[in-house]
Amino acid sequence: MDSRSNRRCLPALIASFLLIILQPTVSASSETEVLRLATTTSTADSGLLDAILGDFETRFHARVDVIAVGTGHALALGRAGDADVLLVHAREREEGFLAAGHATHRSDVMYNDFVLVGPRDDPANTKGSSGILDALARIAKAKAVFASRGDDSGTHSREIKLWALGGMELDKGSSWYHALGQGMGATLTYANERGAYTLTDRGTFLSQIRHLSDLEIQVGGQSILENQDVRLRNSYGVLVVSDAKTGVNSSMAKSFVQWIISPDVQRKIAAFRSINGTQPLFYPVHNQKEPRDELAAPPDDADGLS
Amino acid sequence: MAAAEVLLRLSGVRQSYAGRCVVDVPELQLHQGEFLAILGPSGAGKTTLLRLLNLLEAPHEGALFLSGDRLPGRPLIEHRRRVTTVFQRPKLLSRSVEQNVALGLEMRGISDPARVAMLLDRVGLKDLAKVSALQLSGGEQQRVALARALAIQPEILLLDEATANLDPLNTSIIENLLREEHATQKTTIIFVTHNQFQARRLAESCLLMLEGKVVARSAADHFFSPAADLQVRSFLAGELVIPSASS
Amino acid sequence: MKGSWETIQTAFAEALRLVAGLDPRLLEILEMTLQVSLGALFLATLLGLPIGALCGLEAGPRFRGLIRGLMYTGMGLPPVVVGLAVYLFLSRSGPLADLGWLFTPAAMITAQTFLALPLVMGLTMTAVEAVDPALKPQLVSLGATKGQVARWTLFEARGGVLTAIAAAFGAAISEVGAVMLVGGNIEGQTRVLTTAIVLETRRGEFALAMALGLILVSLTFAINFLLVAFGEGKTLRGRG
Repeated sequence: MDSRSNRRCLPALIASFLLIILQPTVSASSETEVLRLATTTSTADSGLLDAILGDFETRFHARVDVIAVGTGHALALGRAGDADVLLVHAREREEGFLAAGHATHRSDVMYNDFVLVGPRDDPANTKGSSGILDALARIAKAKAVFASRGDDSGTHSREIKLWALGGMELDKGSSWYHALGQGMGATLTYANERGAYTLTDRGTFLSQIRHLSDLEIQVGGQSILENQDVRLRNSYGVLVVSDAKTGVNSSMAKSFVQWIISPDVQRKIAAFRSINGTQPLFYPVHNQKEPRDELAAPPDDADGLS
Repeated sequence: MAAAEVLLRLSGVRQSYAGRCVVDVPELQLHQGEFLAILGPSGAGKTTLLRLLNLLEAPHEGALFLSGDRLPGRPLIEHRRRVTTVFQRPKLLSRSVEQNVALGLEMRGISDPARVAMLLDRVGLKDLAKVSALQLSGGEQQRVALARALAIQPEILLLDEATANLDPLNTSIIENLLREEHATQKTTIIFVTHNQFQARRLAESCLLMLEGKVVARSAADHFFSPAADLQVRSFLAGELVIPSASS
Repeated sequence: MKGSWETIQTAFAEALRLVAGLDPRLLEILEMTLQVSLGALFLATLLGLPIGALCGLEAGPRFRGLIRGLMYTGMGLPPVVVGLAVYLFLSRSGPLADLGWLFTPAAMITAQTFLALPLVMGLTMTAVEAVDPALKPQLVSLGATKGQVARWTLFEARGGVLTAIAAAFGAAISEVGAVMLVGGNIEGQTRVLTTAIVLETRRGEFALAMALGLILVSLTFAINFLLVAFGEGKTLRGRG
């Protein structure tokens, strides 16, 4: 009767289901190697990696799994050994990471810049400021609403440093300083709705500009050429996670570093544009003409902040 | 009359709930082929006794013997499947009538559609075989319950006031079926009833329970005769019965 | 607001375009979504149904109260917390590193199973408790084994059991925090509808995010519809 045939069906059903579920975990181990790249959401969202990684995957017969998370999260993944290579933009934290032995190598890769955006009516009159530090001072003085990432990201770290450089002590309870604990997109949306100022990387602002009708760049100019203040320079670094951590694919990670600083790829980085954009989003660090053994050379002081 | 096999035996059995003793049976033997009616006032312990007989409860004190074998606290499925009960309210599944009748067989891994059809015919529900069982009237549902019980050919058939809620027609259909079953299959039938006329119609022997104890047991003729115990006569007359020291 | 209204309209158009055009990336995401959520649902049902039924049938009242408390807590667990716990276990620096499940669908199925399990267990237990208590002695009297008592009680409780399964599926397919953490939202590998929506929202692509949301809702509805139809069909035919 029914129950008999059901009893026979059930184990077969379970077996086939388990096969379907577990199948993807098996397929990875065939010919292609997997490289786990942890990077920040802004880097991934720019579209750069989509544009250039195919080349790496073909040349090295690999599959790059890009995990886009907050800076702190990416570093945590590196510490745990859950990522093989990191691409972030938080220079001091990267160097701390390297010094603590979590990474065996670090290289500069590329840079872009931060800008201060704010409401068009500019209540704190930042347009008339002499630079970023002055602009921040004016915001504090006018108690104009400022939206902070508040999430330990590269952008957030820079923002905190700028306040400190300007000699301003942030009273965490200030009613005009809003620490959101969110990503750049959400922070910009908030700033747009709320009429707040915020520090953002130029790339994310430009890619979302059509949703941010009430915001404009107050400090930083219309392109990086106009933004010569090294304090607004945003440097990206790549870290090879230490192979002392179990399971890390160090050899592929090292290949990745060599690849991304190679002249060919550096040229591609320079040439990369977002869909409707005309400006480059990233500027290469390395000489595009000659190859360089990056892993031997010391890093530049690209921030001008130490 | 040759001595029939003792199918079920209770020895020193007591059931207590919340400090109150509900069943107190020092010795009770039920023979193969008996047609026994159990009578008594409400709260006398009849239902609990039936639960014990159906191995739905383990005795708190004392022991049960099935065909001479002493039963453990948790009887094996082979033991339990020798007894079945038709309860006062039929509890049918939300399936068709014939699927309900076949339930016990299905649980034993048996497929016997011929037997199911035959039983449905015997309870007069052949035309309703495919109908959803819960749509039937109370009387029809109880007939299904009886057919279901008979389908598994139990050695011992228990009925707990099975016709109490039924109209005379359904009652007589069920009574006829019980009579037939006892005559042809020699099934041991033990039924609890409030209806002494039913007991008189069907039973070969009767038992009176008072306050958890078996106070009288005899052949039906004797039970309903003027020669019966005082307690029996009082009970049958609808008078308040005072339990005596002698049993 | 006019802008938002336009976004919503674009979203509908975008959703239709993606589905009609069988956009390959969308199909990839859909496949992953179903694989993960149905996989988790299957495991949660396989484990949760018998346990829930057993608790509903066998457990004493005080034990049942404790179980119910645990299950309600389980139902209210923030998915991201479960995701974090699963991540810590599956991490290369964690105890189950050898499984190699982190950032694969297996990890996502694991996390969602943990989330769906209390729902299946708790709601099944409730459904079984709601069945007429007179059924159990009747089944036992007919010679049912413990398993058969559970089987037929579940049958009578199948309406509630179906609700349990539908609720668990809804929880799994709409979940985002845990699968984001343990899956990594890797394109082509572990991206599902919910994580894709988070991504597009983060990028400011609100119309696309909304479109994906519409597709997700439609998918959930379609599967729930199938579930209900399956249940109704069985009820009507009165079969088990």
